[in-house]
Amino acid sequence: MNFINDFGISVFGHSDFSYFIIIILKLLAIVLPLLISVAYLTLAERRVIGLMQLRKGPNVVGPFGLFQPFADALKLMSKETIIPREANKFLFLLAPMITFILALIAWAVIPFDENNVLADINVGILYLFAVSSLAVYGIIIAGWASNSKYAFLGALRSAAQMVSYEVSIGLIIITVLLCAGSLNLTDIVNAQKNVWFAIPLLPMFVMFFISVLAETNRAPFDLPEGESELVAGYFVEYSSMSFALFFLGEYANMILMSALTVTLFLGGWLPIIDVYPLNEVPGVIWFIIKIIFILFIFLWVRASTPRYRYDQLMRLGWKIFLPFSLIWVVLTAGFLVFFDILPKSI
Amino acid sequence: MKFKNIIDDLKKYFLIEIFKGLFLTFKYLFKKKVTINYPYEKGKLSPRFRGEHALRRYPNGEERCIACKLCEAICPAQAIKIEAEPREDGSRRTTRYDIDMTKCIYCGFCAEACPVDAIVEGPNFEFATETREELFYDKEKLLANGDRWEEQIALAQKIDSPYK
Repeated sequence: MNFINDFGISVFGHSDFSYFIIIILKLLAIVLPLLISVAYLTLAERRVIGLMQLRKGPNVVGPFGLFQPFADALKLMSKETIIPREANKFLFLLAPMITFILALIAWAVIPFDENNVLADINVGILYLFAVSSLAVYGIIIAGWASNSKYAFLGALRSAAQMVSYEVSIGLIIITVLLCAGSLNLTDIVNAQKNVWFAIPLLPMFVMFFISVLAETNRAPFDLPEGESELVAGYFVEYSSMSFALFFLGEYANMILMSALTVTLFLGGWLPIIDVYPLNEVPGVIWFIIKIIFILFIFLWVRASTPRYRYDQLMRLGWKIFLPFSLIWVVLTAGFLVFFDILPKSI
Repeated sequence: MKFKNIIDDLKKYFLIEIFKGLFLTFKYLFKKKVTINYPYEKGKLSPRFRGEHALRRYPNGEERCIACKLCEAICPAQAIKIEAEPREDGSRRTTRYDIDMTKCIYCGFCAEACPVDAIVEGPNFEFATETREELFYDKEKLLANGDRWEEQIALAQKIDSPYK
């Protein structure tokens, strides 16, 4: 027990053992629902895309196919983990863990409601940006450690793509920060009490969403895993739970990026309009509804658009998004200064 | 720059075509689905459907096949093997009628060659087995198929008869 208390002091600055337990419980309260949402996001994806293609999608396992994710999970867990002979074992097993862990730790700063956030740090948005940028390491390491040409090419594409679109994401975030006057995600949401940033910054919102599609390697920017030319992309050589970790990480990242979009542009936990029956609904519910809406658009876009060619992807990122977002940063800043409506705290 | 080019560029920047596509897929979300829940629902079969083979009988129970071996001769996959000798009452009947279903290509030539409509390809397509040996059909199995599917086979033949 002394050890744990010492640990508590050194890490949290508290000697209280219960404080440690509460932290663990808080983590579980975020991670468990997140993992269940990931499971059901895979089902929702298959159902929604199926419906849009005049199919029914998985509807056999359990009522309306609701147990399908668990059947899939059981199947994956009962498979053998194959490690290629030529692979670097340590890195090969490390890569899926990095991807998965990064998709989870980013949730620490997402505010679910007023005063309901695990770590209310003042550089929340920078932390999120940093964590989502690190995700590229999981992919690059996976491609490199597999020692397979397909995995390697997939990883290279992915790295180039993520780096390209992070530039415009960064500039778009700067625009939001100019309007909110804070790097704290809670303050950013509170700054949207009068009007969500999606309305005055509509072009930024659309560009941010498209960049997020590219950042999470989703259709129409899913080149890294283009089945037709690269078999499956950077995770060709993976099987069983190491594959499942990539899969979970990718979908957890989708949910995370939706949460970020909601926080930056759609007013986080705020109700659609601040009137009686709507503002009585808990903020968490609003937050979840908005995330589901964004996730639906993710799936909807995937069902509607063909995959970009590699040069088109790069052209869009560097020659259209980058100048566009730069111009908008300057325009927004100029507008705010000219009319003297910069947020107070700057 | 021509005026039309400007319009085209504006259309690109406002993602007009993308939104059109999205709207279309959204409409499809609510359309009637074409999926058939296979083991519970089945698609309609043509009367000319060529499925599992069957040897038919006359209404009095006498088997139709007269061992002319036309089917054996025409079979392009050489899947049919027939042996025959006269029966005690003097009529010519098969003693052995084997079809190797793993060789059969379901072309339907045997049924077309048959002068007495004895060998036919019935409407059954769900005869997958666990072992290869089960797919070497003998006369007994084929006659049993005929008894089992006679109703559907007779109906299909009747519907298709004007076109023969």
